[in-house]
Amino acid sequence: MPNMSLKKVPMPEQAADVRNKNFEEVAKGYTAEMAVEEATRCLNCKNKPCVGGCPVNVHIPDFIAKVATGEFEEAYRIITSTNGLPAVCGRVCPQESQCEGKCVRGIKGEPVGIGRLERFCADYHMANSSEKAEKPQSNGKKVAVVGAGPSGLTCAGDLAKKGYEVTVFEAFHTAGGVLVYGIPQFRLPKEIVAKEVKNLEDLGVEIKTNMIIGKTLSVDELFEMGYKAVFIGSGAGLPSFMGIEGEDLIGVYSANEYLTRTNLMKAYRDEYDTPIIKSKTVAVVGGGNVAMDAARCAKRLGAETVYIVYRRGLEEMPARKEEIHHAMEEGVIFRNLNNPVKIIGDENGRVKAMECVEMELGEPDDSGRRRPVVKENSNFTLDVDTVIMAIGTSPNPLIRSTTKGLETNRRGCLVVNEETMQTTREGVYAGGDAVTGAATVILAMGAGKQAAKAIDEYLGDK
Amino acid sequence: MYKIVKKRQLNENVVLMEIEAPFVAKKALAGQFIILRVDEYGERIPLTVADYDHEKGTVTIIFQIVGATTKLLSTLNEGDCLKDFAGPLGKATELDGVKKACVIGGGVGCAIAYPSAKALFNNGAQVDVIAGFRNKDIVILEEEFRAVSHNLYITTDDGSYGEKGFVTDKLKALIEAGNQYDLVLAIGPVPMMKFVSKTTEPYGIKTLVSLNPIMIDGSGMCGGCRVNVGGEIKFACVDGPDFDGHQVNFDELMRRNSAYKEQEAHSRENCRLYRKEAE
Repeated sequence: MPNMSLKKVPMPEQAADVRNKNFEEVAKGYTAEMAVEEATRCLNCKNKPCVGGCPVNVHIPDFIAKVATGEFEEAYRIITSTNGLPAVCGRVCPQESQCEGKCVRGIKGEPVGIGRLERFCADYHMANSSEKAEKPQSNGKKVAVVGAGPSGLTCAGDLAKKGYEVTVFEAFHTAGGVLVYGIPQFRLPKEIVAKEVKNLEDLGVEIKTNMIIGKTLSVDELFEMGYKAVFIGSGAGLPSFMGIEGEDLIGVYSANEYLTRTNLMKAYRDEYDTPIIKSKTVAVVGGGNVAMDAARCAKRLGAETVYIVYRRGLEEMPARKEEIHHAMEEGVIFRNLNNPVKIIGDENGRVKAMECVEMELGEPDDSGRRRPVVKENSNFTLDVDTVIMAIGTSPNPLIRSTTKGLETNRRGCLVVNEETMQTTREGVYAGGDAVTGAATVILAMGAGKQAAKAIDEYLGDK
Repeated sequence: MYKIVKKRQLNENVVLMEIEAPFVAKKALAGQFIILRVDEYGERIPLTVADYDHEKGTVTIIFQIVGATTKLLSTLNEGDCLKDFAGPLGKATELDGVKKACVIGGGVGCAIAYPSAKALFNNGAQVDVIAGFRNKDIVILEEEFRAVSHNLYITTDDGSYGEKGFVTDKLKALIEAGNQYDLVLAIGPVPMMKFVSKTTEPYGIKTLVSLNPIMIDGSGMCGGCRVNVGGEIKFACVDGPDFDGHQVNFDELMRRNSAYKEQEAHSRENCRLYRKEAE
């Protein structure tokens, strides 16, 4: 008899007024008892709508059935047969619009906590298993992966399991991409990313850091070096700014810079040298996950007041519900239907205020969301000393400008065959933000997976 | 790890290091830069390539000790290793087709001006070099510049060596004397690059400057290095670091470069080196 509770087993969390002052993980994870209890909420229904909602097709009801019977290692094995980074996905996937969004239990009550259970299995395995992934028999074929972010790591892992000799070229000094420079420690501990990367290395994947493809080596040189196929997962690129007055002032950051200083360079820890401005009042402009991450980092770095300034309403925010909820609990103030028009500086060129206007929602635009329209004469000023722009990015130009035969669309994203992820050049595949523009970790992983399959088919008879 | 194969103190505050980095060395060209990290706790800092040896696989950097990271870097010796060294980044200086150039270096900026002078000279261009310093004690690279220029002019602010005056005085005199430069390349402190650009503007001489904004990744991701060129946002790491000096908003760059001044002064006192010494 399934557990018919309408609510998920609650996730143990650090209290909001405690966690907004530290960088430790917010959600502490289920205990074994909690996991089993939540797993029994799954009806194990025949048509498995949840699986169709997962970009990497995790066999969800199968693994949950194993959790319900306490066979946690078996559950982990089922997850990892299609998902190379379960500890990451369990934490950062937008489950509400994917697997959990399709869950039958969600029609009346809350869906099964699929993400929480996935995380539990991954954490259980990390804590209890000393089993080391073994390098499969090599097929002697070399594949190069550009970028050690979610799409690159997934592609590398899938190919390594099939016996390919995979080298990942990473521009930064650490592997992980957005998982290390973007997503903060309190949402995804870096130790977990490092373990997932270590797993891939055990599978035989070689990771070369400080290698900027397009600069240190070109894609053509990779082929000359004997790589038979190249996967480009170079990620999102340069941050966008609004083009308003005052964005050059000291105290105006892109979210990329603010998060990189905090997460990759660990500016929040005394023993690290990278500086970050000590803010009192911060305005984060934007409504996505990146905006939530920046706002919550600012709070933890000691800011007394942190605003989210977003031109549409709460309903239209693209961020995960849980992130919005957590940010609110932690005291971030949401100023929806507000839009900046000017940033004002003091005599030293430092930010002292931001002028905004109020917005209202009009007719739906191309994205289907209602278009925000300026309310006349609604200007007002927010006193802030730091402004963080989290309004998106445009793809990195380094590879497309140095590689012949790679077509890009008008936004500068690489053009690919959506089935195989092959670019307009033979043997070169791409996925993740380099193709889609800023999107989610799991979509990037899905693309890496598709590309690995296509690369295997391409090289299979070579 | 990237080994320091040579270290030389050029003056009290300026150090030269030759670093073993074969992949970077193979590609490096004049005007490009690298990003380094001294150790696990260190910042990522950009330094423009001062020289490179494609065959030997080494890249030379020359830096002035100004903050915690360069101080820490200066304590390393031959045989020690840097944790990270990535590049070459940025676009190379466009020197093709230049027939007569005036290369201007200010202080430690001479280190960055040198490879461009050398490349121009090797391309067969007529090269005049103006190297400016505050005083005699900090003159660097005199011999090196002499070898890659047709005329070398050294200026010092106090007249203790070479000609007394600023590089702009000398530049103006050379232009007035009838030298027809098709390129002026100015590399040094931001005010110097600003005034060199102002000097050449009325004559309509193409003037390139090499900008040094605050940077983290150096590969087109963080946006920290944004500069205002001709009223547009440009990113020094991928669009530069060279820009048309007549279009750059130097005042904005100067202001943005002072973002962490207070914290830097503070960190010099609390820096890991001092903590280490105290142990």
